[in-house]
Amino acid sequence: MTAPTAAGCAAPDQAAPLPASLDLEKETVITGVVRSDAGETVPGAYVRLLDSTGEFTAEVVTSPAGQFRFFAAPGSWTLRALSRHGNGDTAVTAARGINEVSVTVAA
Amino acid sequence: MSRDTALVSAEWAEKNIDAPGVVFVEVDEDTSAYDTGHIAGAVKLDWKTDLQDPVRRDFVNKTQFEALLSERGIANDDLVVLYGGNNNWFAAYAYWYFKLYGHREVKLLDGGRKKWELDARPLVTDKVERPRTRYVAQEPDTSIRAFRDDVVAAIGTRNLVDVRSPDEYAGRLLAPAHLPQEQAQRAGHVPTAISVPWSRAANEDGTFKSDDELRKIYADAGLDDSRETIAYCRIGERSSHTWFVLQELLGHRNVKNYDGSWTEYGSLVGVPVALGDEPGEA
Repeated sequence: MTAPTAAGCAAPDQAAPLPASLDLEKETVITGVVRSDAGETVPGAYVRLLDSTGEFTAEVVTSPAGQFRFFAAPGSWTLRALSRHGNGDTAVTAARGINEVSVTVAA
Repeated sequence: MSRDTALVSAEWAEKNIDAPGVVFVEVDEDTSAYDTGHIAGAVKLDWKTDLQDPVRRDFVNKTQFEALLSERGIANDDLVVLYGGNNNWFAAYAYWYFKLYGHREVKLLDGGRKKWELDARPLVTDKVERPRTRYVAQEPDTSIRAFRDDVVAAIGTRNLVDVRSPDEYAGRLLAPAHLPQEQAQRAGHVPTAISVPWSRAANEDGTFKSDDELRKIYADAGLDDSRETIAYCRIGERSSHTWFVLQELLGHRNVKNYDGSWTEYGSLVGVPVALGDEPGEA
């Protein structure tokens, strides 16, 4: 049995399906894939979600298929990916529901 | 305390992987990262199953901590080098814990797992076995741990540093944005707490900023270093990162980490809560 205390803060498995309990009427999900400039998906990239002022909000590591996912709020965000293949940024304007974005990294 | 006594670089770590008396310890909330590859010889600690009491909301007591370290083969005179994912949040939490139980030599690997991976340094999957020890912990040093009553008493009188993201501070989000947002507690922050997100203290590769940069960040945010400070976040691990910066890197005294943090404070009945981007009134 796990402790009935606060869930931790570590980033969950990025490849897992969205939990069934998730209310997409309320949640703003920003999800997508990190690709190299050759178009290949990049697993193990560090993806950072920055708010409209550039302040760090969250970070996850991409799944074996290069996927990432954030639970944010409607508004303007920047995704910044760091990887051994280089770094890259993508701006996103998110609305409630699922927002799909991809980030390309290059040296 | 200073950078020299509290931190090691990835270069130092790679050179000292086999050094006698040095034990690398990976600390994560989800230890699947360790299982897919870890620094050679490193043992793992699971933030939830190893460091938290399985029943009560509290961390393990002295006896449990002694049993854990003995079982992992960590001795009292070992130099413990902690590292982990999430920009060393859980490693910093474990560092605070090792200090709380009086371990003599403990350091954090600057940049943690992220810097190590981005540098393409070697990770292995070998099973690590260390001979059992008889670890003896000290009585907990509560001078570095804040409880809820300390936080309520600190409103308007001491430095309160909220290290969550600006949206969590203001009450627009209840959890970091990689987690679903449904939570029981109220949103907002402790009145009079200043907002200094933990991330301002770190470079994007997870290493700590320079001492000069760090001093400026907290001075600009209005932290009065002549007063006691309590750092908090949501569950106490991001605030361990800030506790580490203030007490262990910058040498402030009387810095406490409030491990109950927002999941406790935001659920308390009758305490004041401030909303919005300003600290608010006592």
